[in-house]
Amino acid sequence: MARVKNENTKKVKVTWKEMKKQSFLMIVSFFIVVYGIIFYYWPLTGWLMAFENYKPKKGIFGSKFVGLDKFKFLFEDAVFIKVIRNTFAMGVINLVSTTIMAVLFAIILNEVRKTWLKKPIQTISYLPHFLSWIVVTGILHDSLSATGIVNDLLLKFGIIKQAINFFAFPKYFWPIVAFAQCWKETGWNAIIYLAAITAIDPALYEAASIDGADRLQKIRYITLPGIKPTFLILLLMNVGNVLNAGFEVQYLLGNGLVQSVSQTIDIYVLKWGISQNDYSLGTAAGLFKSAVSILLIVIANAIAKRYSEQRLF
Amino acid sequence: MHDKEYKVSKPISDKIFAVVVFLFLTSFVIITLYPVLNTIVLSFNDGIDAVRGNIYLWPRKFSLKNYKTVLAMQNIWTGAKITVGRTVLATLTSLFANALLAFVVSRKRFLFKSGLSLFWVITMYVNGGMIPIFLLYKNLGLTGTFHVYWIPGMISAFNMLVMRTYMEGIPESLEESAQLDGAGYFTIFKDIISPLCKPVYATIALFIAVWQWNSWFDAMLYNRMKTKYTTLQYELMKLLSSVMQQSGSAENAKNGAATITPVTIRAAATVVTMLPIVCLYPFLQRYFVTGLTIGGVKE
Repeated sequence: MARVKNENTKKVKVTWKEMKKQSFLMIVSFFIVVYGIIFYYWPLTGWLMAFENYKPKKGIFGSKFVGLDKFKFLFEDAVFIKVIRNTFAMGVINLVSTTIMAVLFAIILNEVRKTWLKKPIQTISYLPHFLSWIVVTGILHDSLSATGIVNDLLLKFGIIKQAINFFAFPKYFWPIVAFAQCWKETGWNAIIYLAAITAIDPALYEAASIDGADRLQKIRYITLPGIKPTFLILLLMNVGNVLNAGFEVQYLLGNGLVQSVSQTIDIYVLKWGISQNDYSLGTAAGLFKSAVSILLIVIANAIAKRYSEQRLF
Repeated sequence: MHDKEYKVSKPISDKIFAVVVFLFLTSFVIITLYPVLNTIVLSFNDGIDAVRGNIYLWPRKFSLKNYKTVLAMQNIWTGAKITVGRTVLATLTSLFANALLAFVVSRKRFLFKSGLSLFWVITMYVNGGMIPIFLLYKNLGLTGTFHVYWIPGMISAFNMLVMRTYMEGIPESLEESAQLDGAGYFTIFKDIISPLCKPVYATIALFIAVWQWNSWFDAMLYNRMKTKYTTLQYELMKLLSSVMQQSGSAENAKNGAATITPVTIRAAATVVTMLPIVCLYPFLQRYFVTGLTIGGVKE
């Protein structure tokens, strides 16, 4: 999480008296660390499986070590190369489109002065966030079906002559996924931007009005620079998640015909690791994803450190 | 807000701009609401009649049969029971655990404050991945039980950080004066910090509850064979996915709506699943708005 360092910590001397006073904190910490080691750190030892021919009977520390064989298999698998492409492409498309939509929505909603209008719109905008992906993909599926609203409208306006089965063509898949993401999260993501806009000094707008600036100019020269720090922080936080953004929607909306563009690393892991029981291969694919994610975060953080005061850690 | 009534004549560009704002927001609201409304409408329409399509904002042939069918499904009831159970239990335990952790790491005098924070922040960026985690739960005997829904995810670094930020904003003097009165750390947590943290507790409780309510993947991955631990969302998924998987095949594209589960029944099941949250969230709005704002910007 982004934290601007603001530490005026007084050095606390390590004494028996202090330790005794803090015993409650220490006991709680102990249990929480044990919990963390079991559920978050212990699974990291499972990464070893990626370098061996894991057999459940022999366990992680008894299975045969095979070096980088699993990774070799992965990168020689044409499907996996496509899977990497899909994950990246959808991750980037989704990040860019959801960010643009959130900023746009926040700015435009902020231009509505009447609270009785603004509040209900905002409430409606949160609605999709609270629906599960199951519900969202189900609704989306019905809307885009042969008898759904989208085909109805396109037919009525004479744009197409015959209903399109949107889920049968690879070319529609990425845009549909991006749309689904935007539909679900725009209102929610805009909350932070709206808060950032609220924090901008009103005097700036007043001064601009007196100088004769119109609303578009005010947005360009006051609002946009005002939300830039928030924008950067969120971008930073999300860059590391680019590869994580590829599971639920793709899994739920994908089908045999669009497999070549719908499969992501997580789906690949699920398919090989859980369904085919090739734990080693699944782990190798997952490890690759984690490694790239961490690399992305480090790079993003370094860039941010260089060009502004914003950074993650 | 920033529109104090200055008597400056409005430029023409502002009028055009107002039209753009109006059009954008109108289409936004329609695109957001229509699919949900249409699903509700379909759920109240007769199943056979709905195959003809062209039902938009009002049922053509009103019927409650879809709901009767859905509510007669045993698995929907099992799923509902498990979903309510896990939502309540996990919200309580997870809120408590995260709050306690946030309390500990926000004590300025605590000796391992930064170490413990770092320990959890790392978990946000590094995790074992699907397979190692799956094997861990299997080895711990969590798969195939109800406990897999609430024990593993009890502490989350993100929720902890939001609460920590809030707690750090509480003046230290409160804690110091309580300590002078002889209060230990648990008393400070229970009687001084927690009552002041109600807004952020509500936010986090809401996050956890929504997450729990909408989960389906854990039910599929860890409890696929245990139908008695199925969840509402997973049951809905099974109902819907049979249709979705089919849409790829050519003959189905022609048949359109004539699929395994009638569209109206699917709509009714969808409404049942989303109803509680859709009814609740407008009232909890101010909590999640403040919560997100604390977590995201103010730091």
